[in-house]
Amino acid sequence: MEKLLIAEFQNEYDLVDSVKAVRAADIDVIDAYTPYAVHGLDKAMDLKPSRLTQICFTFAFIGLLVGVLGQYWVSAVNWPINIGGRPWNSLPAFMPVAFEVIILFAGLGTVFSFFAWRRVKHGKPGLQPSLRVTNDRFYIVMKQGQQRKSATSVTEIVTAHHGKMVEN
Amino acid sequence: MIRQMGDIMADHQTSIREPQIHGNKNLNDVTNEVCNIMDRKPTWLWWLGITLSLSALTLGIVSVSYQIATGIGTWGLNKTVGWAFDITNFVFWVGIGHAGTLISAILFLFRQKWRTSINRSAEAMTIFAVMCAGLFPIIHMGRPWLAYWMFPYPNFRGPLWINFRSPLAWDVFAIGTYLIISATFWYFGMIPDLATVRDRAKNKIKKFIFGALSLGWNGSYRVWHRYETVYALLAGLATPLVVSVHTVVSFDFATSSIPGWHTTTFPPYFVAGAVFSGFAMVLTLMIIARKTLKLEEYITLNHIENMTKVIIVTGGIVTASYATEFFIAWYSGNGFEQFVFLNRALGPFAWAYWIMVGCNLITPQFFWFRSIRRNVIIVFILSIFVNIGMWFERFVIIVTSLHRDFLPSAWSMYAPTWVEIGTLIGSFGLFFTLFLLFIRTMPMISMGEVKSVLHFRGKGKEA
Repeated sequence: MEKLLIAEFQNEYDLVDSVKAVRAADIDVIDAYTPYAVHGLDKAMDLKPSRLTQICFTFAFIGLLVGVLGQYWVSAVNWPINIGGRPWNSLPAFMPVAFEVIILFAGLGTVFSFFAWRRVKHGKPGLQPSLRVTNDRFYIVMKQGQQRKSATSVTEIVTAHHGKMVEN
Repeated sequence: MIRQMGDIMADHQTSIREPQIHGNKNLNDVTNEVCNIMDRKPTWLWWLGITLSLSALTLGIVSVSYQIATGIGTWGLNKTVGWAFDITNFVFWVGIGHAGTLISAILFLFRQKWRTSINRSAEAMTIFAVMCAGLFPIIHMGRPWLAYWMFPYPNFRGPLWINFRSPLAWDVFAIGTYLIISATFWYFGMIPDLATVRDRAKNKIKKFIFGALSLGWNGSYRVWHRYETVYALLAGLATPLVVSVHTVVSFDFATSSIPGWHTTTFPPYFVAGAVFSGFAMVLTLMIIARKTLKLEEYITLNHIENMTKVIIVTGGIVTASYATEFFIAWYSGNGFEQFVFLNRALGPFAWAYWIMVGCNLITPQFFWFRSIRRNVIIVFILSIFVNIGMWFERFVIIVTSLHRDFLPSAWSMYAPTWVEIGTLIGSFGLFFTLFLLFIRTMPMISMGEVKSVLHFRGKGKEA
């Protein structure tokens, strides 16, 4: 495994500025570790918008099909019962349940897709640069050995943004 | 030059705008102060609270066991008044359960940063309230061991499916979905904080439990990025869900042909009433929590003031609904409809009607005054009045519409028995027991979100 460079910062502004500066110097930022969702870091790291929105829509659509066709099949095909002379296929009356099924499928589908992508399991240890990530410190993890092109070294950039190198 | 102007304006703004969190905290302070609530020994107030709640819960368990063993003939219902206390409690608790998801989802979509201090505990409150609500229809079945018949599943009775045209079947889906999605939203929002607890835990058991619950969260920004997407999607899904749940509950009444119930204004009227009562309950709980857990710097007077403003708005909608109902009853020219409303205001249950009007119309009007909105003790008392008023609203709608029906010889009165009152007290016991256990075992303030609103300070300074 190749060696990584890790820089530590005390606040989000230094982190974001430093990520921009490091990337401008042609050094790959592998990931950042933060105690909360830092605003604007996705742009600084140039992360693509997540495809989870499409996944959510897909699950919602499956929910719609299950909700509408399921109720139709139960009420009009499998065992039709005359209740107050209502039509077998009472589509307007099926809407509330169909709506709830859409929300249920979309919500659970999205969350479990996220978990699947994270490959979570019970008690998986948190692999993080320091235990302070979940408290009050910010980290950038970079690839080593790419500094040839740039004039300034990673250490200089990091120090200029009030950070310090913790592993190099 | 422009940059300088920007800085001056930014400074200017921060000096007018009060910070979300008081006490000039840094990130580590937030972690320590929130986690300390779980680490330190409970205060005598907590022990008093849990003793009272468990006593109430015990009374509830006794009442429910007795009525299940004997049958719901132990209630004060009769042939005319077939729904009363039980369904009142059900609608009341579902209503309470609306504020949490409103705060966490709708206020999130509107970028209301003040929600960060209260959303976690409000969501917990929602889940506990919906659990209390769910108990009542199950008890009402009389044979609660057959409660699973409410779900459509292949069976050997035909297969005899549930009737999807019935609002009661819609209720099962609406409330079931609401409980599942609220719990998911709550847990999902808590994962980063569970990791914080895991990483500072000294004790092995705690490390193990929170390690299991936090699912390997490590603060990676690539994960945060997706996490935020999922959170926003859940908020977007939960928003129409909140509105749909009480709409469906109101359909239980609105789709019937009982004068006083078959009203097209019920869905918005019920949703506004639910938010009204839910926020009152959040206020009641938060005022107790901030005082007993010393969270005044997190749940500030601004938070309380904002919630009272929501109460003014929703209280106004509820008032307008009461007026509309009366106007439409008169304007419809329908004698039965007119009779029901006159009977509500002037009949034998007029006392309940005027408690409802007094609590729900007059109480919110006090909140027009800033000095009252920022007086914690008065807000606390008024929030309890709103809770009482909203309980009576459901009682009035249900009982007064039924007790004098189309046939005067069938007219009847209703009074609850000790079993019904014991069940209501028991549901409060369950609610408060769960809430008190929650604040001792889980991070009750969303640290990850509070930390993100701390930094209204300026560039380059140490956070």
